[in-house]
Amino acid sequence: MSPHDDATAPATDRSGPAASGAPAIRIAVDDLNAYFGQVHAVRHVTVALPDSHVTAIIGPSGCGKSTFLRCLNRMHETIPNARATGKVLLDGHDIYAVSPVAVRRQIGMVFQRPTPFPTMSIRENVAAGLVVGDRRSNRKQQHEIVERALKRAALWDEVKDRLKTSATGLSGGQQQRLCIARALATDPEVLLLDEPTASLDPISTQKVEELIYELRTEVTVVIVTHNMQQAARVSDQTAFFLGGELIEVAPTETMFTSPSDERTESYITGRFG
Amino acid sequence: MATAQTTWGGAPSGRQRAVAERTQRSIRRRRVRSHIMIGLMYAAAVIAILPLLLIVIHLLRMGASSLNLAFFTQTQRPPGEAGGGMANAIVGTLILIAIASAVGLPVGIGAGLYLAEKRATTVRFLADVLNGLPSIVMGIFAWSLLVKPVKHFSALAGGMALGAMMIPMVTRTTEEMVRLVPISLREAALALGYSRWRTSLSIVLRTALGGIVTGALVAMARIAGETAPLLFTALGNQFWSTSLRAPIAALPLQIYNYAISPYDEWHTQAWAAAVVLVGIVLVISLAARVATRRRYGAGD
Repeated sequence: MSPHDDATAPATDRSGPAASGAPAIRIAVDDLNAYFGQVHAVRHVTVALPDSHVTAIIGPSGCGKSTFLRCLNRMHETIPNARATGKVLLDGHDIYAVSPVAVRRQIGMVFQRPTPFPTMSIRENVAAGLVVGDRRSNRKQQHEIVERALKRAALWDEVKDRLKTSATGLSGGQQQRLCIARALATDPEVLLLDEPTASLDPISTQKVEELIYELRTEVTVVIVTHNMQQAARVSDQTAFFLGGELIEVAPTETMFTSPSDERTESYITGRFG
Repeated sequence: MATAQTTWGGAPSGRQRAVAERTQRSIRRRRVRSHIMIGLMYAAAVIAILPLLLIVIHLLRMGASSLNLAFFTQTQRPPGEAGGGMANAIVGTLILIAIASAVGLPVGIGAGLYLAEKRATTVRFLADVLNGLPSIVMGIFAWSLLVKPVKHFSALAGGMALGAMMIPMVTRTTEEMVRLVPISLREAALALGYSRWRTSLSIVLRTALGGIVTGALVAMARIAGETAPLLFTALGNQFWSTSLRAPIAALPLQIYNYAISPYDEWHTQAWAAAVVLVGIVLVISLAARVATRRRYGAGD
């Protein structure tokens, strides 16, 4: 992606916290609204996602958290009649000002259910996101990228002897880590996870959580989760959504010990949702 | 129901006995009805495949005597002379299927993909109308469009007419197969930075390919036996010809011409040609089965 002009740069400063020593802002969201036809699903969300941090998004079903996530890589607009307004700045550049394809190469996404491409082998799956030019350049280089991505996704040891077999032969947890590896292969700056463990068993869930925890040193992670314990375990910062609005965002520890909004408190203490 | 009053344990009351008896009778009645229905369905299934069996047996009995090497290697002899074959018609039919596929498959698959992505109901309706179009009408239309302007019949015109018949069949199967590909796969590809057309071609189409191949083969088998569209286009040819711009022989045409001729040896040859035509259709259908089975297999 070519760097965008600097006209949008000041917005980064505005939404970034002024505190000294705070990490750089990777994604700055400014007054984001998302709609499905007439339904206003995400309302006036302004939030900053710091670099190399895990941000968890929690909230009851239908609160707009997945929709918010899908606005961050412009997947929201692929749904008929869906649209979004507002600004999402990645390193100061508005992602709505460039092509969605370029945006999605820099911002990886993993979905609720594993989505390996059934016609491809494990290796082809991991290499699927590499752009055509990269893929042709050098077979050896491509194999190295695949190996590195699989190692980062903690899957290499389990699949290194069967890279040429179909990806559908893997277990659900392995398939989900394969999808994470596939997203990591293109070296994205941000990784969006939409309830990545919702369809997994507890052991696979634990593996994926450990993986998320380790990844945060390298990429900025945003994870939507229904599971508050999960949010507490893996994230540095937590955002609480309710009715399409961002109610509160705070460091995870603060959020779960002394939330400032009473709606947040009643949600995390289990009074609704 | 009355059974709600059943008290567990103890001797059954008269009322409970009556209910039990009624239930027994009802079960017996249902069982009888079930057997009758299953019997009827077996009968329907047998009646459905009986014609095929009878046809194949009859064809073999009437035509097997003419099925020799000469039948597959030689062309037509003048009436009265024994021997000769239909090599030109067999090759002609294969050429016509090839032309039809070259026209019908890309257009049909492309249109099917479009329908699946765009949900254009008008186009789908028109495809259905085209599917129901009588084949003789297709033949006349192809004649006025492809034969009359150039003033001669040709293999190309015949192949195009057959190809036009393939389009709606291939369109609908492609659409259905593409619809079966889960949206989650499409989204996964888009989220990886695939453009829309690359998502459609390298993920959606590739995933649906097994089913599309099956549909294509079924359509090829269907048009292999079409006669009416060829009457005004390919016309038929007694001689060996593989030129696309000249009239070309085809098995259905040859069967038609030989069957209405007054010569007995031509009649036998027509039966033999029918056996070969059914054989070609059978081989294509078998290929479709194999393609389908691989689709549901364990993958590569």
